[in-house]
Amino acid sequence: MRRLGPGLILALVAGFAFLYLPILALVAYSFNASRLVTVWGGFSTHWYGALLSNQPLLDAAWLSIRLAFVSATLATALGTMAALALARHGRFRGRMLFSGMVLAPLVMPEVITGLSLLLLFVAVDVERGFWTVTIAHATFGLGFACIVVQARLAGFDSSLEEAARDLGATPLVTFATVTLPLIWPAVAAAWMLAFTLSLDDLVIASFTTGPGATTLPMRLYSAIRLGVSPEINAACTLMIGAVALAVIAASLLLKRRQAVGG
Amino acid sequence: MRKASPGSLRRAFQPWNDPAAKPLIEFRHVTKRFGGVTAVAEVSLSLYPREFFALLGPSGCGKTTLMRMLAGFETPDAGQILLGGTDITEMPPHLRPVNMMFQSYALFPHLSVADNIAYGLKRERLPRAEIAQRVAEMLALVKLDGLGKRRPDQLSGGQRQRVALARALAKRPKLLLLDEPMAALDRKLREATQFELMDLQSELGTTFMVVTHDQDEAMTMADRMAVMDHGRLVQIGPPDVIYEAPVNAYVASFVGDINVLEGHVVAVEGDLVRVETGITGMVELDEEAPALAIGASVLVGLRPEKLDLSHDEPPQPFNKVAGEIWDIGYLGDVTMVQVMVGGEGGWLVKVALTNRRRRAARPFAWEDKVWLSWDVEAGLVLKP
Repeated sequence: MRRLGPGLILALVAGFAFLYLPILALVAYSFNASRLVTVWGGFSTHWYGALLSNQPLLDAAWLSIRLAFVSATLATALGTMAALALARHGRFRGRMLFSGMVLAPLVMPEVITGLSLLLLFVAVDVERGFWTVTIAHATFGLGFACIVVQARLAGFDSSLEEAARDLGATPLVTFATVTLPLIWPAVAAAWMLAFTLSLDDLVIASFTTGPGATTLPMRLYSAIRLGVSPEINAACTLMIGAVALAVIAASLLLKRRQAVGG
Repeated sequence: MRKASPGSLRRAFQPWNDPAAKPLIEFRHVTKRFGGVTAVAEVSLSLYPREFFALLGPSGCGKTTLMRMLAGFETPDAGQILLGGTDITEMPPHLRPVNMMFQSYALFPHLSVADNIAYGLKRERLPRAEIAQRVAEMLALVKLDGLGKRRPDQLSGGQRQRVALARALAKRPKLLLLDEPMAALDRKLREATQFELMDLQSELGTTFMVVTHDQDEAMTMADRMAVMDHGRLVQIGPPDVIYEAPVNAYVASFVGDINVLEGHVVAVEGDLVRVETGITGMVELDEEAPALAIGASVLVGLRPEKLDLSHDEPPQPFNKVAGEIWDIGYLGDVTMVQVMVGGEGGWLVKVALTNRRRRAARPFAWEDKVWLSWDVEAGLVLKP
């Protein structure tokens, strides 16, 4: 391993500090006994207890989790299908267009995605709430899921699928017994990615939600406008923990497959 | 009592000469194009039950496409494929009573050896006990008893090949397709496996079709073989006929080594043909029922092992030429000698000499002046 000079170490520390100090401060102050954000009053888990009695916040969290679950599942199913179409059917007519359209939400500014979805929902006159946010999140989660699964399919020996067909499996059975078992780590990773994206999205949810469907990031954001309380810090710390776990799990899944699948 | 050897049974097996024999597989004027490239052109071919058939050709000649059409992975643009008299041209792969052993083996990495072999049987929804029994049978057949619980990545290359074979045979297909079955094996193992495969085939009575670019493999195993070039079948026949009576220069040079001379026919008397070549003078050769016009341009082919080498001029009036030894390649069993006829830039001839004695002094050396000679039965007339 190459040794790092003092200059490099300094740059590294400064970089990480810039990225993670705010988060560390947030986590630290969530354990602050004082109500004042800027004054350290000793260690306490008081605010985590208070969180449990904050019913609106708990409701928002529960809604966010359900919403992330459904939208991630939708996004993964559709994204996997899109990835299969892109990886398996070679150069079909309109492939570039299809691939571009699937992946466009990745680079589209969220404000535009949110606004256009809002316009759509208003135009077709659906009642905005849980399901409109779910559809919106599935739309942009799909692109991410597609990329993750497609990467896995790129290294997939298609003669395995042919062998299954040759041995009497219909295309559907081939997918269920050969393709899916071999790409499932990527599918699971795609699901977790879509789940976390949905969990911490504020912009698109704000555009597409309706009365009675306030997600956790929306609830936190509106609470902050009335002043930052340590309770919010506690809630955010929990969210950071959840997202970090999901991301780590996803990357472990993808790594493990590389090691085994080779 | 001694069992008849598979080879002796093989000799009597010639359904392609029997007009009453019903083919198992029939290609009828099958053509397949990919974009602007014609991969298979107007191929008509019949395979017979119990036959061991080899498709031989260089890469890109269309042999793999032909096999994939039989498995159902490609659909012909024109023509028909029949199996036992039924048109299967449009039938999807999972409904065909045809199984394939893939070049990469394509073993399912997430399943054990036993589950790999059972895969096709499970698709048939056979009762569990029957599947277990058939898997055990197949494992015994390919001599892998006791390895059923292993994963494919815990096996050696040779073992993996056997699992692939067992998996493809488990459904008892009418036809087994083998795509370059020996390509991933080393030479010793390849030889042993070739003979095992032949024994297995005559034991099971399944029709085998092997696709290969390796002529030794095709000639060792096949009852009949077909040589392909640019999507066409150039010649179909038993290996000895293909080797000794190739229809043209392409087949002659693809299957084995051959020295080729240009010339024109000067006389045909019964089976005896005389060809005048500029380099060697008159060549006399024996052709069965030659259909050659006097004056026709032909190629004369001489296989390296059918040539003799001597220091003294042989007494025969024809079929000889003087030259100089250009190169000697010692291969152990044979020595390949290259003789230059007509000085530098002339006709370079390959001669194969069998090394019969272990310690005899090698009679030829570089730059020796030598005579090449051959029998009336050695040369063959090739259409250019």
